[in-house]
Amino acid sequence: MTGFEAKVPGLWHGLKSIIRRDLLLAWKRPGDVLNPLFFFAMVSTLFPLAVGPSAEQLAVSGPGVLWVAALLATLLSLNSLYLSDFEDGSLDQIILSPQPLPLLALGKSVSHWLVSGLPLVIVSPLIAMTFSMPAASVGVLMLTLALGTISLSLLGSIGAALTVGLNRGNALLSLLILPLAMPVLIFGARTVSLAAAGDAVAAGIYFLAAYCMLALSFAPLATAAALKISNE
Amino acid sequence: MHLSLYTDADAKTLTELLSGTNLCVLRGERCLFKGLNFALSSGELLLVQGPNGSGKTSLLRSIAGLFGLETGYISWRGVPTKNDRQSFSADVVWMAHHVGFKADLTLLENLRFETGLRSATLEEIESILERLSLSQLVELPMRSLSAGQQKRGALARMLISDARLWLMDEPFANLDVGGHDLVIELIAEHLAENGICVMAAHQDLELEVPMHSIQLQ
Repeated sequence: MTGFEAKVPGLWHGLKSIIRRDLLLAWKRPGDVLNPLFFFAMVSTLFPLAVGPSAEQLAVSGPGVLWVAALLATLLSLNSLYLSDFEDGSLDQIILSPQPLPLLALGKSVSHWLVSGLPLVIVSPLIAMTFSMPAASVGVLMLTLALGTISLSLLGSIGAALTVGLNRGNALLSLLILPLAMPVLIFGARTVSLAAAGDAVAAGIYFLAAYCMLALSFAPLATAAALKISNE
Repeated sequence: MHLSLYTDADAKTLTELLSGTNLCVLRGERCLFKGLNFALSSGELLLVQGPNGSGKTSLLRSIAGLFGLETGYISWRGVPTKNDRQSFSADVVWMAHHVGFKADLTLLENLRFETGLRSATLEEIESILERLSLSQLVELPMRSLSAGQQKRGALARMLISDARLWLMDEPFANLDVGGHDLVIELIAEHLAENGICVMAAHQDLELEVPMHSIQLQ
């Protein structure tokens, strides 16, 4: 009838292009990426200085402090997840694109994790050394932090999407996300403590992995719905 | 230009591509418009006019599905758009007042992102950029382009998308005389190819095309 053909590229293509765009943006603004990482490193290196040099005390408090710092660092970076897209009008274009919105929301969360979660996981062994945590628990620390930060990036995107149109949404975002983040914090910190004590850790890791899968399957859908509401 | 504001919602024919039935939009407590109907066939343009704050942008956003309607519905190819968002999205492109490009990325990087969402080849992009006299600017970050040049970038996105329905909010804002004529020319071509266009604008259009218009109060 006419020359108009709605040629929509495949889902994988759409997912790749939004991840690539956000990574490119992060690359051009390294300050935004480094902020949460600095926060994480600072909180967790100042703590041993304040508590004192007792190795036993540090080893006991280490997992908890590291996990709280990681949680707060992730929350800090979540606020800006959809904010710039909302302000410059790209969110309209993303919502109106023929690619499914949950897919694009997933892509945003993936790139958010790559620039904010993954660096935390990578530097965590260094921080663990300042708490004189046993070498055996470092692997568990990295694994739990990886699973935990993925969950937080995904769950946090729901909060970021809900608060994107609001002034001072940051406090509200934390309130919305913290209840969902509690299980991650509890199981993450406890599993690392158990590993340090030489106990079995499989149960905690299984729980974190299951929670991560749950977030992976539901958070993009919830984020997409929240974005449509916030963008009205 | 002839003025036709359909009031009879039943007067639909199969040739109608885009129609709105009994539309009402609230902005906070205020009713911007209600009982609004329109119907467009292929090759037609709908011009939405009215003073600032009269709801031109809200009407366009609700046609796109970005803004919730209080009553009524929009149909595309005879199917209410809320029933089939995905295929409607493939047919529509939205040119808003905010151009929707990332200021830190170059025009080419921005357009490359678009091609991940809507297919287009790089050769297509090159010829489109040539036509919009943007070829020299593709390697510059968007923030260093002028408002008019960014607007031309938004036109490039419309052309790349190959969508049948163009929704344009104040397409002439920030454009120079050449840009103004270019937009007119692009719209005329688009309509000649059986495209369809809904535009919000302040001024009248010097355009010889089948046109409907809506005057919002």
